[in-house]
Amino acid sequence: MSGMRSITLGHYLPGNSILHRLDPRAKLMGLLILIAALFLIKTFSGFFYFGLFFVLTFVSSRLPWRYFMRGLKPVLYIVFFTLILHFLFTKGGQVFWRFGPLTIEENGVFLGSFMTLRLILLVITTLLVTLTTSPIAFADGIEFLLRPLRVFRVPGHEIAMMMTIALRFIPTLMEESDKIRKAQMARGADFESGNIFRRARNLVPLLVPLFVSAFRRADDLAVAMESRCYRGGDNRTKMRQQQVTCLDYLGVFTTCGIAAAIVLTGV
Amino acid sequence: MSNSIIETVQLCYEYTLGGEKTLRALDNVSLQITEGEYVCLIGPNGSGKSTLARHLNALLLPAAGDVYVDGLLTGEEKHRWEIRRRVGLVFQNPDNQIVATTVEEDVAFGLENMGIDPPVIRRRVKEALELVGMSTLAQHAPHLLSGGQKQRVAIAGIIAMRPRCLVLDEPTAMLDPRGRREVLATISMLNRQEKVTVVHITHFMEETLEADRIIVMDRGKIACSGTPAEIFSGELDLESLGMDMPAIPALARALREGGLPVPPNTLDVDQLVDYLC
Ligand SMILES: Nc1ncnc2c1ncn2[C@@H]1O[C@H](COP(=O)(O)OP(=O)(O)OP(=O)(O)O)[C@@H](O)[C@H]1O
Ligand SMILES: [Mg+2]
Repeated sequence: MSGMRSITLGHYLPGNSILHRLDPRAKLMGLLILIAALFLIKTFSGFFYFGLFFVLTFVSSRLPWRYFMRGLKPVLYIVFFTLILHFLFTKGGQVFWRFGPLTIEENGVFLGSFMTLRLILLVITTLLVTLTTSPIAFADGIEFLLRPLRVFRVPGHEIAMMMTIALRFIPTLMEESDKIRKAQMARGADFESGNIFRRARNLVPLLVPLFVSAFRRADDLAVAMESRCYRGGDNRTKMRQQQVTCLDYLGVFTTCGIAAAIVLTGV
Repeated sequence: MSNSIIETVQLCYEYTLGGEKTLRALDNVSLQITEGEYVCLIGPNGSGKSTLARHLNALLLPAAGDVYVDGLLTGEEKHRWEIRRRVGLVFQNPDNQIVATTVEEDVAFGLENMGIDPPVIRRRVKEALELVGMSTLAQHAPHLLSGGQKQRVAIAGIIAMRPRCLVLDEPTAMLDPRGRREVLATISMLNRQEKVTVVHITHFMEETLEADRIIVMDRGKIACSGTPAEIFSGELDLESLGMDMPAIPALARALREGGLPVPPNTLDVDQLVDYLC
């Protein structure tokens, strides 16, 4: 449980590289462009160039690669699973390997590797952005990017406010869950032994008081916000004004250019 | 009523308890609070203190009667936000009223809601933090602060909005003695130095001795009101309302009953020492 306290959203690592200094809005736009490019790339060489671009950006961000890999770990299971599924169930082309009813065929290998690469590149690019952007700046960036979608009633401000409040209360609730856990252990609750189902069931005496308290907090907070004149995002200003610099424009345009080039080489 | 900042006129309020049942939490409460006054509101649990506090900035609206803030009627929709700016509420649990992830962002929250220009917000946030003595921790995450510090951040968040009146609903109830002292010192400084009107709800009788006036509530009504000297002179039976006398007035009363004519307006140690020696 002590590890729980160390969890932070997105595992942001403060720093001073160009990537760190870029405006979150520029970074998110760049990320969107790159994701779009990933879905347009049709060849392995396209992925190769994309990977090259990623490596360059990664090196410039001066993130420790061990730390980076740790953030990647949970996703690797999903990637591996995708690969296996494709290998086993996508049929067509030359048969490489046969064991009873199971075969691994050419198309499966091709499509599996292709999808896996795409997934990995998608995840590492996103991770690179989240690791170099503070969650609060991230929330601001999302609010800004969702603003045009307001005509479709996408509640951009509300989403950003939810992220902020979540960030504010996660440490508080973790502390509280720790307290409740100790209190229940003093009453003889057991959170450590038994198989996974048993453990999950044993969590109930932890989760119920935690939820009750979270709802009460939410209620209090809503009243406090209302009493401080909160009435949604309309006519609201922000103290923290992000200055868009030349660097930000340069970043977005370069990313755009590179993404376009990569996609075109692959056509 | 020219210099009364808050006025309630025969204010009544009922909570609905599901179905037809209602609970009368405020019953014909009429009071006036003068600009610059320091008023303490005391009374047993469930006597309606919090309910009254929430009427003072239009979080609750009267079932009958009126509440005026600076001459503005709280029942009128168009005045609501102006009233909330002029009367700031500080709540009991310091954790549940801090919205943002850094101290300075949180202090800015109210100002951002009012749509004030960013440079002005910065300046006012800085001033408010200096006033409550929290400038050095401006960039801190709220969950790393002590209870007293969190409560001072909450007060700064209200003060930054330049309210005329500060209503505090048991702001020290969850604090240790040190945090309580910090918060009390902040409140009385704001009242004396910044001339902010203060309505302070508390269960700690010791905290009420500095007030200009104490209002005692009981079962939704104002039981009595007066200066601390009047309330604690010993003539009023506070015990029957479920409240204690503060230590020194209680001692003074005991001495009086023992035959020593201690004056009834003895509120603190110094006054008692002056009399005895
Ligand atoms: N949301 C609510 N719904 C129903 N009844 C309520 C609600 N809030 C308060 N009450 C009831 O209204 C009465 C007055 O409550 P209020 O919270 O104003 O008292 P209080 O003087 O602040 O008490 P305390 O000293 O415990 O804070 C109480 O009897 C309480 O049970
Ligand atoms: Mg109360």
